[in-house]
Amino acid sequence: MPQILDRARARVLDGGAGLDQAEILEILRLPDEDLPQLLQLAHDVRMKWCGPEVEVEGIVSLKTGGCPEDCHFCSQSGLFASPVRSVWLDIPSLVEAARQTAATGATEFCIVAAVRGPDRRLMDQMREGVKAIKEAVDIQVAASLGMLSQEQVDDLVEMGVHRYNHNLETCRSYFPNVVTTHSWEERWTTLTMVRESGMEVCCGGILGLGETIEQRAEFAAQLAALDPHEVPLNFLNPRPGTPLGDRPVVEGKDALRAIAAFRLAMPKTILRYAGGREITLGDLGTREGLLGGINAVIVGNYLTTLGRPATADLDLLQDLKMPVKSLSATF
Amino acid sequence: MFCDRCGEPASAGDHTACAAARELEPPRFCPECRRRMKVQVVPTGWTAACVEHGLRES
Repeated sequence: MPQILDRARARVLDGGAGLDQAEILEILRLPDEDLPQLLQLAHDVRMKWCGPEVEVEGIVSLKTGGCPEDCHFCSQSGLFASPVRSVWLDIPSLVEAARQTAATGATEFCIVAAVRGPDRRLMDQMREGVKAIKEAVDIQVAASLGMLSQEQVDDLVEMGVHRYNHNLETCRSYFPNVVTTHSWEERWTTLTMVRESGMEVCCGGILGLGETIEQRAEFAAQLAALDPHEVPLNFLNPRPGTPLGDRPVVEGKDALRAIAAFRLAMPKTILRYAGGREITLGDLGTREGLLGGINAVIVGNYLTTLGRPATADLDLLQDLKMPVKSLSATF
Repeated sequence: MFCDRCGEPASAGDHTACAAARELEPPRFCPECRRRMKVQVVPTGWTAACVEHGLRES
């Protein structure tokens, strides 16, 4: 067994402490023949420190397209020649989406808007929408609305939003290659305010943006330093019309190595499959990831693209004997 | 008629890749007039509205 796996077994599995950046890089450089042992170790870590439950979430776009920011992976930027048009979801449809999500057994419903940060109209829509959902559906509400002011953080807490997603997307050193309209540090500032508010912090990113393996390790270490409650892990799904529209997708074994590495960096976090897994990993890889450190999934469709039917993922979880985390277990 | 993914004429060029991609994407262009549609994706489906040709849904 490679030395790094022995060290990870002692430090992460036995001790519950994450690997550091240099060690994460060693993990990411392991050859393919060591991948089965690596995935098994990451799975053991997940089972010991998180348990067998899988947290299931649905997401919906409240405000799609027309974003003033230039995140190079995103089809919702108004600065690129993307075919995605601006559209708002009405409140009855939002509540129905939450109801459909809850019907899958999901405990989380995340409302997302493609904005730099929310304006008054969006905050009013959120207030009305969260209230309507809480009156009609038994599910926890999360939000992802870009960068926030302290007043907006306080308003979301008051609305009853329990978790806030704001992805750093990639490591600090590579971020300027992906976004030029705001900085990594601005995102960090919002995350700091969210944490201090008492809302749970959800922060992850996208692999396959052109970052090096070293930068992938840097990103995992920076997320570990943030210590988020949840880390959604996306794999680039190249979108037509965006600057990254012609990039290749992440190779499946590299994706699995990254999943295991992120688990070994953050043994106690909720590590969630998010967008891109369908094209990067397919059905077999999705299964391997759930046996290699993942303990949460987004089911159904994403914001502008489609996912597997929720039943496919729920059947897989049943097959793997991984119970869906219940709502009572989230309080 | 037009490809509902790329908006180019359906009879011109190869749209095999578009058809494959559409398995994991909603339509973006109206197949009748190639206007960009207003598309709303929700967890269990999608709707796509063309100002001229109305609503399509999954």
